[in-house]
Amino acid sequence: MAKNLNVVGKPFRKVDARAKCVGQTKFADDIVLPRMLFCKLLRSHVPHALIKSIDASKALALPGVFAVITGKDLTIPYGILPVSQDEHALCIDKVRFVGDPVAAVAAIDEDTAFDAMNLIEVEYEPLNSITNIEEAVMIDEPRIHDYGDSGNVHKKVSLEFGNLDEGFAEADLVREDVFFYEGNTHLPMEQHAAVAHFDADQKLTLWSSTQTPHYVHRALAKVFELPAAHIRVIATPNGGGFGGKSDPFNHEVAVCKLSMITGRPVKITLTREEVFYCHRGRHPVLMKVKTGVKNDGAITAMHFQSFLDGGAYGSYGVASTFYTGALQTVTYNVPRYKFQGLRAFTNKPPCGPKRGHGTPQPRYALEVQLDKIAEQLRIDPVEIRRRHLVPPNTVTANYLRIGSMGLGACIDKVVEGSDWKNRFSGWDPTTRKLPYGKGIGIACSSYICGAGLPIYWNNMPQSAVQLRLDRQGGVCVMCGSTDIGQGSDSILAYIVAEILGIDPFDIRVVTADTDLTPVDLGSYSSRVTLMTGNAAIQAAERARELLVMAVAEKLGVPIENLSLAERRVFDVENPEVGVSFAEAVVLAESKFGTIGTVGSYTPPHSPGKFKGSGVGPSPAYSYSAAVAEVDVNPDTGIVVVERVWIAHDIGRSINPVLVMGQVEGSVYMALGEILMEEMTYRTNRNVVHKFPSLLEYKSPTTMEMCDVKTYLIEDPDPNGPYGAKEVGQGPLLPVPPAVANAVYNAVGVRIDEVPITPEKVMRALKDKGRGRNPRYGPTNVPAVEWPEPLRVLTPAEGGDGTEMPRVAVHS
Amino acid sequence: MNNKRQIRFRLNGEDTEVAFAPHKTLLEVLREDLNLTGTKHGCELGECGTCAVLVDGRSILSCLMLGLDAAGHEVKTIEGMANGAELHPLQQTFADLGAAQCGYCSPGFLLVAEELLEKTPNPSRPEIQEALSGNLCRCTGYIKIYEAVELAAARMRGDAYELPRESVYGLD
Repeated sequence: MAKNLNVVGKPFRKVDARAKCVGQTKFADDIVLPRMLFCKLLRSHVPHALIKSIDASKALALPGVFAVITGKDLTIPYGILPVSQDEHALCIDKVRFVGDPVAAVAAIDEDTAFDAMNLIEVEYEPLNSITNIEEAVMIDEPRIHDYGDSGNVHKKVSLEFGNLDEGFAEADLVREDVFFYEGNTHLPMEQHAAVAHFDADQKLTLWSSTQTPHYVHRALAKVFELPAAHIRVIATPNGGGFGGKSDPFNHEVAVCKLSMITGRPVKITLTREEVFYCHRGRHPVLMKVKTGVKNDGAITAMHFQSFLDGGAYGSYGVASTFYTGALQTVTYNVPRYKFQGLRAFTNKPPCGPKRGHGTPQPRYALEVQLDKIAEQLRIDPVEIRRRHLVPPNTVTANYLRIGSMGLGACIDKVVEGSDWKNRFSGWDPTTRKLPYGKGIGIACSSYICGAGLPIYWNNMPQSAVQLRLDRQGGVCVMCGSTDIGQGSDSILAYIVAEILGIDPFDIRVVTADTDLTPVDLGSYSSRVTLMTGNAAIQAAERARELLVMAVAEKLGVPIENLSLAERRVFDVENPEVGVSFAEAVVLAESKFGTIGTVGSYTPPHSPGKFKGSGVGPSPAYSYSAAVAEVDVNPDTGIVVVERVWIAHDIGRSINPVLVMGQVEGSVYMALGEILMEEMTYRTNRNVVHKFPSLLEYKSPTTMEMCDVKTYLIEDPDPNGPYGAKEVGQGPLLPVPPAVANAVYNAVGVRIDEVPITPEKVMRALKDKGRGRNPRYGPTNVPAVEWPEPLRVLTPAEGGDGTEMPRVAVHS
Repeated sequence: MNNKRQIRFRLNGEDTEVAFAPHKTLLEVLREDLNLTGTKHGCELGECGTCAVLVDGRSILSCLMLGLDAAGHEVKTIEGMANGAELHPLQQTFADLGAAQCGYCSPGFLLVAEELLEKTPNPSRPEIQEALSGNLCRCTGYIKIYEAVELAAARMRGDAYELPRESVYGLD
């Protein structure tokens, strides 16, 4: 892009920012329709039980109640992944966690709906509950679901790339470590809400706070056996998503059904407690990682095992499982790699994708283990990372194609900014440069810029943009993408404005409406800027071409001399010769007819062709490095993160102020995960969430948030729009392990379990004082019979990305 | 539904009368009976600060105040923060500096920040953190919010103030 950029890279205001600051933005619960009814869901108070009977007669008799529905009214299952169609809006014959919905009421107002809900009588026959990974692996009966690999094991995967034995034999040091990363939840400030209206013309409209209107559209068409064309899903601006509004949800289906029955609009807004039950958040993951290294820190082989506590339904879980084993290879060179993953069903709210989907957990394990390896080898933790980076434009052992790779530059920035060399004292505790209790730690990471494959198999684009130019100079950009606060509406306006030479605030942005906008798969997997951005570029360049053809003819100048800027189309050699943008549209419309263009984006094919190669490939990978500075109080175990230096390889900032906001927000969310946030349950058989409330589920306030020093590394990626890569998720990933490594630097204890609470620090310090292993964390993983791994020769071994015949090739 | 009670109060500078069931919170009255949906809710239990409004210039959680108790008082919501079509300086800086990402917590933050600047025109960073500590934001990590408050405060004081380059572009 030799051309000077007028919009891209500039800190423009978001196109919807002012509406959000004056209270005009209409979130889902702000929608009020005439004759609207209110819905409440009756949720199970037992974790695992057969439903013997449901009696709604008293509820139906309550004045103001219009309808009550139960599982038998909605018998077709749905689920976000084609392989996990295991959900019903309302449980039919059994409940699987405390919070699983069994009935839905529509009433004249919320209070009446609430009263009616409490009048519904459900008789349960309790079943033993499965409360954690170990139980799920050991106890086959009762099964939570009647599908899955075995008993209560939902999914087992086993992949092997290259000759691991050879790799470990070459190593000078082989380390095995076990880690546990507790589950946590998105906690968007907006509770999920939806309004359904089945109108007299038999068309169904759903307004919902969803990150994935296209997938909700598909689920509704399936459940109601309606032509998709009769259903319209409009994603309202999401009051925070972070992955928590990416599944089709019970309440969305229920209000549609209730609207069909009553002929009136029906609204539901979940309580905060119910949002905890929707969950789909971070999987608790137990991990064992065995890594072989040479004396210089070069990795020779890695064997990674992960055990995911999936909760009661499939959700994105199969993808989550693969993600816990996918991105180990994209930061430091891992020539041979084996991954075994297991996802268990348990009687808890279902886990799914949270910011960084399946990646923060293994990244924690990998980066903390690398710190331990560095200590054993007496290598500076910066050096052990810096020396062995994956080169750009290569293919990893597990067939991920790396394009641009700015991690080296990221490391250099945070090392310089944090004055690492003068503060990290090496590994000898007697020569520390920081006082005892103060510590510094480093970690790195990488994330995908959009999943290479869609959730359901198809050959169509993953994102599309339609542009309409009207004769008065108006430009409307339409795209199925959903703004969850990250600024995706604005990105569309910036890119179209850049190419058409107009102001971003001249543009109308219409998004996330399945009637009006072409399909974009949704706001997940950090895909939106890259994919919608490329689609917008294509649509805008096609429009630009029509404009310059018409203007060239009118002005009698060659097409290649024309430039679009400052709301004009003009001759670059003679800038006063030109027409206004609106006149250019008139000329084009006169010549070609109504001006509308489309653009779309399909990611490049992955070099991996083996079964399971669908998770991990991406058009590009972002990179981050972080240094954390902590204060650990050895008397209380309280860890205060004082500052984080973070560098993020963004490729190019479409808007730096929005990029900064994503980096800072990621650091914030990471601090919550590493220090305090946890989805935990009472350990008796009732599996009740310990604290489904904003007060007791601890999350960082202004008083816990640390100072953040951010560096943006611009190393444009050829697959990104203007070179842009993702920033919404990646910068979260290096922060938890950087804090853990800093805690070790501060007081000499290893906390191999997230979150790092004062209790864990104190227990490890006590062990240290007694001369025991100064460590807190799990020590083993369940014994599991793994399937014969699918074996793939690495590119270095001459592999072509296909799996080998299932015979033992590497003893 | 037949036991509505009527109150009179000043709402965003206007005399207002409204009738509602007596158990309703001010949050519910504002949103449901007066259609002022700019006031948001995050928990309805007084835990998150999202529903903050100003009552007689003091920030309160509208989910914890009965609507009836607003009788005779002056209530300001986000809809009353701008001066006609002209945004309050805080609204401008929140919009311009990326302090509103999803925007759901923004009304609460804006009103609490307005109260702060009313009392403390030149707040230090720790004073801003303290004042906003009852409001949760899951998007921003709060930093863009601090910067927006600092810039608005300077503009309201009439001080020349340059936003640090690193706030927008990061460090070099």
